[in-house]
Amino acid sequence: CPCVRVPVAAAVPVSPRSRPCPCVRVPAAPAEGALGFPAELPPLPARSALSAAEILRYSRQLVLPELGVRGQLRLARSSVLVVGCGGLGCPLAQYLAAAGVGRLGLVDHDVVETSNLQRQVLHGEARRGRPKARSAAAALRRLNSAVQYVPYRAALRPRSALRLVRQYDIVADCSDNVPTRYLVSDACVLAGKPLVSGSALRLEGQLVVYNYRGGPCYRCLFPEPPPPDTVTNCADGGVLGVVTGIIGCMQALEVLKIASGMGSSFNRHMLMFDALEGRFRNIKLRPRKADCAVCGDRPSITCLQDYEAFCGSSATDKCRSLRLLPGGDRISVQQYKELLDARAPHVLLDVRPQVEVDICRLQHALHIPLRKLEDKDEESLQRLQKRIGEEKRRTDDQTSVPVYVVCKLGNDSQKAVKILQELPAEEFGSVLAKDIKGGLMAWATKIDPTFPQY
Amino acid sequence: MAAPVSLQVEFGGGAELLFDGVKKHQVTLPCQPEPWDIRSLLKWIKQNLLKERPELFIQGESVRPGILVLINEADWELMGELDYKLQDQDNVLFISTLHGG
Repeated sequence: CPCVRVPVAAAVPVSPRSRPCPCVRVPAAPAEGALGFPAELPPLPARSALSAAEILRYSRQLVLPELGVRGQLRLARSSVLVVGCGGLGCPLAQYLAAAGVGRLGLVDHDVVETSNLQRQVLHGEARRGRPKARSAAAALRRLNSAVQYVPYRAALRPRSALRLVRQYDIVADCSDNVPTRYLVSDACVLAGKPLVSGSALRLEGQLVVYNYRGGPCYRCLFPEPPPPDTVTNCADGGVLGVVTGIIGCMQALEVLKIASGMGSSFNRHMLMFDALEGRFRNIKLRPRKADCAVCGDRPSITCLQDYEAFCGSSATDKCRSLRLLPGGDRISVQQYKELLDARAPHVLLDVRPQVEVDICRLQHALHIPLRKLEDKDEESLQRLQKRIGEEKRRTDDQTSVPVYVVCKLGNDSQKAVKILQELPAEEFGSVLAKDIKGGLMAWATKIDPTFPQY
Repeated sequence: MAAPVSLQVEFGGGAELLFDGVKKHQVTLPCQPEPWDIRSLLKWIKQNLLKERPELFIQGESVRPGILVLINEADWELMGELDYKLQDQDNVLFISTLHGG
């Protein structure tokens, strides 16, 4: 049987909706709550020798004196919880499975999307729409069927995290949001588990091993969460797949070293990788802080909390929808389409950065990046005035010419409308600006299915 | 009077986007009665390098949560944080922590 090899009662990983595996014979538990995760996994058996097949399979690493048979046996008895099966979790799990770790827990609440494939290298095209945890387990099983895979199709939640973390020897944080990072770290401190944490964005990556041999925990380093406005996700900021690959591989390396008994090089150190400069930097960090709220001498946090409230943001990396404008200052993409069809005089203003305009655009739009509007860039404002004037002349000054502002999702466009509304009327004339709700992505889903989505 | 201090000030992890995308800045801090420390460097950065949205970088007299300060490749917590007295040719790195994956 190609499926989860732990006793069936213990492994109830995936919700019933996702194509049920024939081997799971107990009713699947709900995705959340007390029953969301299997109650208890049996311990991995201690072993005294490798089989001939294992010796052949792992021979290239067995001859390394630093690892050897003893290290391989330790590895085979180790379990690793991978939080997030995305850009970091895929390469990490791949190398850990190939190296012969005993058990991999794979946590991810999301399904595979087309825009994931560029970096989440375990998920193939055929897996789109399927749960990532299960997709990763299936790919890993093809790679090394001797490893136990336990997919959890749910987000890590404060209610269940501690029980889950306690069942594993080492935790790898491959998540994509701030609340989950605090949750994983606190759970590791409370459960006494080392945490190998990676992160990546744009062309940079970072790696730290937390809660290990007197080193700091995440809270020692970051007692307060960053303001939500300052946090950028991969959809907005972009990320190169090789960068998550490099950091995920570095995480796998540190997990292997800890599991096999070599110890980590990044205890009390942060690795910073700058792909553009081709530079790795190793930064010396503080030790565990005696006054840390969770791992300090007198901790004030003794159980897991509400991390979304603590961080003021939700535990996903999905883009937020802002509501900065009253309804009267916004129109829908359908309304805009009607205005366009009726050839109503207007100016369409696209406020996305140039790099996104290069990806796709509506041909008739005037492009001024939000940044230029925020700076009240004179040349840009003159171009807008000029375009409004042209449109007025085209309609023989009969009507006022509204400016409809568009961006990718309808957040920046609202900021732009506010800026335009606050321009001094004596200098710029009065600009009637409205925002197109949902932006170009709404245009693509509701009006023009051939318009690219990104 | 404290002599002028030359520093390499670096920004990373996205913090450079507040400084026109420039990661490395060679700066010379002028003579002043008090010795330069990180506290006064932050004020100087706010006045001289940071063109807009200072709240995305500075909070009160320190950096905002989520920015790690590294002095000569070591956590500033090991060096006295805001009170660290800057030496000529020091390297001060402000790194925004990443959360993506």
